[in-house]
Amino acid sequence: MAAIAAKDEQAAPSGRKGGPLPLLALPLGWMLVFYLIPLALLLVHAFWSVDYLTIDRTFTLENIKAVFTVAPYPAVLIRTLLMAAAVTLTDIAIAFPISWWLAKKVTSHRELLLMLVVFPLWSSYLVRAFAWKTILGTNGILNSFLQTTGITSEPISAFLYSKTGMYITFCHVWLPFMILPLYTILDRLPDTLLEASGDLGGNGWKTFLRVILPLSLPGLLAGSVSVFSLTMGDYITPSLIGGSPGTELIGGIVADQFGVANNWPLGAALILPILAIVIGLLLVANRFGALGRDER
Amino acid sequence: MAVAKTQPGGRTAADPPSIELRRVRKSFGDFTAVAGVDLTVGQGEFLTLLGPSGCGKTTTLRMIGGFELPSSGEVLIEGAQMGNLPPYRRPVNTVFQNYALFPHLSVGKNVAYGLEMSGVPRGDRERRVREALDLVRLPNVENRRPSELSGGQQQRVALARALVNHPSVLLLDEPLGALDLKLRKAMQLELKHLNREVGATFVYVTHDQEEALTMSDRIAVMNEGRILQLGAPEEIYERPRSRFVADFIGQTNFIECDVLGPDGRFVACRTAGGETIRAIPAVEAPAGGTITVAVRPEKVSLDAEAPGGLSANWNRLTGTLTEVIYLGTHTQLVVALPGEGQIVVHRQNRMLGETEPSTGQQLTVAFDPASATVLAE
Repeated sequence: MAAIAAKDEQAAPSGRKGGPLPLLALPLGWMLVFYLIPLALLLVHAFWSVDYLTIDRTFTLENIKAVFTVAPYPAVLIRTLLMAAAVTLTDIAIAFPISWWLAKKVTSHRELLLMLVVFPLWSSYLVRAFAWKTILGTNGILNSFLQTTGITSEPISAFLYSKTGMYITFCHVWLPFMILPLYTILDRLPDTLLEASGDLGGNGWKTFLRVILPLSLPGLLAGSVSVFSLTMGDYITPSLIGGSPGTELIGGIVADQFGVANNWPLGAALILPILAIVIGLLLVANRFGALGRDER
Repeated sequence: MAVAKTQPGGRTAADPPSIELRRVRKSFGDFTAVAGVDLTVGQGEFLTLLGPSGCGKTTTLRMIGGFELPSSGEVLIEGAQMGNLPPYRRPVNTVFQNYALFPHLSVGKNVAYGLEMSGVPRGDRERRVREALDLVRLPNVENRRPSELSGGQQQRVALARALVNHPSVLLLDEPLGALDLKLRKAMQLELKHLNREVGATFVYVTHDQEEALTMSDRIAVMNEGRILQLGAPEEIYERPRSRFVADFIGQTNFIECDVLGPDGRFVACRTAGGETIRAIPAVEAPAGGTITVAVRPEKVSLDAEAPGGLSANWNRLTGTLTEVIYLGTHTQLVVALPGEGQIVVHRQNRMLGETEPSTGQQLTVAFDPASATVLAE
């Protein structure tokens, strides 16, 4: 969710100078009181320590050190990064043809088809994650299908409570966040540019590499930032679909530090690398005009 | 033993035309955009497809370029069947209506795009890009973005990007539409010169009749998916064969009249006002039928001012002057004819202080029967 909040901050000061300040006072105040200050309070905990049930407010870097040295945190962090990267790349591979088809090939019922893309977002994310549970389970839809069609003889247990299950679920639930920005940018891509490339000797593949890909970069980056940061910070899918009670990815571990272990300082310290990566991504995306600034 | 066939070198009289369209049709669903076009374009010719929007001119152009495939019929370029060849396999380049420059590439990279695609080495590429930009008189802009250039400059870049590939055919789809009038006129002449200089065949699409008259070797006037008339600009203007062509290009007087019969090289007919006039029968004019005679306003003079001696056999029509409109180079006089209709006269303003006839007076106008044409409906 940090991504979306940071996006709002980006958008706010870009208005005309002077004029819109009174208009923005309320939302800015809201952001400050209910988002930025709590976030700062939370992050400050990273430099404190816990002493049985009370917080010791003397400055320490022990928690930060622990994040990078104490098992299993470094491994989980890397696993989370790899998972987020894999989900992002997969969603790009799935979303590009779909967005292209929607933007350039569909001649009728485009609104309806776009609606179908957005439609899953209307249901709770929790419901969608649960739906995957019933699909991936030992007696789930996927396994019954594989068995009735004779592809496998035994149910495959590796689908649920595993990284595979999380990967599949993530790829599905975040897909609309990749399709929508990609569709928007491909829809705006003039057909004459593609014809011009073809006219000048560019076959389909060359045209894709030299014209379509560079011009859809802002959409690709916008979608990637969303999918990547949503995966990085998620703890619901790991706890429902993932193995070893939701601690395979960093989100679950952070949740545990706050909710179960009651070690807020360590939890806060674990958030720092995620936050740093997401902010870094946003800066890169912004550099390439993915956050709405027109590059032309 | 098969005999090795060699490609005949050099051009002969038997060389194939640059472009040949044979009974080309194109339908989109129920809509017929091009309804059977036959067209032959010579090497190095500047041919304009002229017509109102939706007449099929752009679709015809796109079928030559390979952006659309004909529903039926054949497209040949340099004597070779184009069949289903995609645009990048045809010896054709296109200048698009909105230029279609790649916004993420510099001007130099835009122009070099086609050379890069066909694998021209870097050194050659840079030289040819410079030459192409010099050709369109736009040096020293290689490193700029297209968005940093004016509309006229972007137009030149689009031209350079197409011409740098030395296409044997250049297709131009209303390329001057977005420019202001002055720039458009300058570019018209430049395009004409470029056509001579590079020797490529130019096929130009426009709805602007003046543009077509200025630049073309030949004009094909199109309407409703067909070529109505094909000919040199003078021929199209002076001898329109149909009411549509006469009306679309320039201003024309249409005079309805009943055929009396042939009269030498002319056909004689009687107007609604009972006057007999003669005209060139460009189409069949059977006696007893009704025909339309077309005559351009600048070919009509006031009888009192008609050249003496020469005008003895001219057509004369008498009516009431209803309008006098000063238009700078000429004054437009509208004479209402008895019965139905009117005739518009363009009177050149050669001298200052000429007195114009006043409205309401009876006026006789005269025109050479050779400048009047019988039209097909």
